[in-house]
Amino acid sequence: MTKYVARRLLQAALTVFCVLTIAFVLGRASGKPAALMLTEGATEQQIHDLNETLGFNRPLLEQYLDFATGVLSGDFGNSYRNPGVPAITLIAERLPATMTLALTAFAVGLALALIAALAIHIRGSKLLRSLFIWGGSMRQSIPDFFFGVLLVLIFSVGLGALPSLGYTGPSSFVLPVATIATAQFVLYVRLLDSSLSEQAGQEYVRTAYARGKSHPAVVVTEMLPNALLPVLTVAGLNLAGLLGGAVIVEQVFAWPGLGEVLITAVSQRDFAVVQAGLLVVAMIFVIVNIAVDVLYSVIDPRVRPS
Amino acid sequence: MAIAPTQSLPDSVPVLLRVTDLVIVTDTPSGEVTLVDGVSFEVRTGEVLCIVGESGSGKSLTMLAVMGLLPVGLRVTRGSIQWRGRELLGLRDRAMRGIRGKEIGMIFQDPMTSLNPLRRVGNQLAEAVRLHNKVDRKQALARVHALLRTVGVPQPETRARAYPHQWSGGMRQRAIIAMAMANDPDLLIADEPTTALDVTIQAQVMSTLEAAREELGSALVLITHDLGLAAENASRMLIMYSGRIVESGDVVEVFERPTHPYTQGLLASLLRDDSERAYAIPGNPPSPRNRPRGCAFEPRCAVARGQASCSEVRPMLTDRGNGVRSACHFASGPIPIAIGIRPSSAPSEEKV
Repeated sequence: MTKYVARRLLQAALTVFCVLTIAFVLGRASGKPAALMLTEGATEQQIHDLNETLGFNRPLLEQYLDFATGVLSGDFGNSYRNPGVPAITLIAERLPATMTLALTAFAVGLALALIAALAIHIRGSKLLRSLFIWGGSMRQSIPDFFFGVLLVLIFSVGLGALPSLGYTGPSSFVLPVATIATAQFVLYVRLLDSSLSEQAGQEYVRTAYARGKSHPAVVVTEMLPNALLPVLTVAGLNLAGLLGGAVIVEQVFAWPGLGEVLITAVSQRDFAVVQAGLLVVAMIFVIVNIAVDVLYSVIDPRVRPS
Repeated sequence: MAIAPTQSLPDSVPVLLRVTDLVIVTDTPSGEVTLVDGVSFEVRTGEVLCIVGESGSGKSLTMLAVMGLLPVGLRVTRGSIQWRGRELLGLRDRAMRGIRGKEIGMIFQDPMTSLNPLRRVGNQLAEAVRLHNKVDRKQALARVHALLRTVGVPQPETRARAYPHQWSGGMRQRAIIAMAMANDPDLLIADEPTTALDVTIQAQVMSTLEAAREELGSALVLITHDLGLAAENASRMLIMYSGRIVESGDVVEVFERPTHPYTQGLLASLLRDDSERAYAIPGNPPSPRNRPRGCAFEPRCAVARGQASCSEVRPMLTDRGNGVRSACHFASGPIPIAIGIRPSSAPSEEKV
């Protein structure tokens, strides 16, 4: 297992390197930032001079080697927009807010979906299923940005119970978490329900009943682990996506997260910040993927590396 | 592996299981469809009963109903299932769980899918022990090792820690037999226990099953479509066709003097040393949706041939002497089977 994880980490490093290279090339291909940094009336000469100062007129390969050696020593360069501020600092500042929001919302959504799906199958209740699936479809038919605004309207404007913008304390979590978690809940409750239904028809389930096992015990200890396998892949991709910044929800709630800083950096061609941000996002994806694969082999002995 | 057919048991041997007029239906958009139609039989202490029939004849459903494990969408609408005089139909789940795996053990057809792939084989077996006995994990595992040794699994301590995919099909079926044996049940139900196995393994697994049964002194209901298996193992047999019992009786009697044309056809279809090709009953069994009004076998029957009583009146199981009963209007006695008269070139995939 250790060897397996080591190999995966090596592959991960390669993946991250490729992502950075592509980000670098595509970024440079989109133009030089000086024109955007100067005022509208700037002359050609002024733009050229600024690009010269920032080093954008050098050959691409030279810039790349410079960038690569910097990355290897942990230096992503400074933000062009915030002179003197290292790009990685800008990203690191925003990371905790995004991570706590993403992890909380993901955990709440998944946990509630697990409880709901188990309730459906332990009770064998068609009513419960219709309730969750129907209610879920209602939620799903409302886009996140609108649902978020709706929550703000009800709980902040109407009831004045919860803060609507930014981060002012733990209560600030409630609305953005509710927005993301409900969307996650719908997804997982559907997945888990259909996955559990599929397992219910398997022969090992009948064998379990035949040895005298009770229905709730069969659902939880026999069917659930098998039903989790297909959900795991989807959950991993989702979690990685959320950790990379729930851009829309962060915008709606003015959440001081990664999504906002990345969007601004891209539109301003703040290459150093974009590259540092992409490094973080790529690393999150890669790590979550490895975690999912390790979890797979923990649950399923058939895919365990020998 | 051949076990000499035992003699039919005397009436003094107590009845363990008595199924009376069992009807199982399923609901379809076009109405109720009857899958098992008025089946009655009994199993006595220690006896081996074989239920023979083609797939879809209702033999597995009948025994699943006994276990209270009918698939979703199927239900019993009539009849009674008595286990040692106690009615099982309508029994509370908790009471039924006390019987499943404890008093009645069941062995299923496909060992490849009958074990949870994510749990160690030993743990699944130990669970069977612990569900019905107040023992700790260690004691349960010790019992599992002993059980596995009984069914001929080498190095049970090591094997028990492995997962199902690390076991071969034959070994898995032995494990499932061990699981069914775990609590010394009075009745074992084996639903086509060798069908999914390699031919070379089948005999081994059957002899394991028979040895297990002998050690427990339990009764065995063996569900099979293999007449040879029935002949070798059972003392009594039921022949089912389209959800009904068409013939029942002592194995030797039925084999030597079959009274129902279907049974005769089945026996004729067995490969014999002197026959060039096997006989095949022409046609296919009817779908339970449109079972003929009279005898379900009438359209394929060599004896009925257009007789109104066969197509209109459902024959009831009737005594034919020597403990044999059959459901046929024209089975007054042994009917000489008409092999050779009916060409076996008729479209017929039926092989039982």
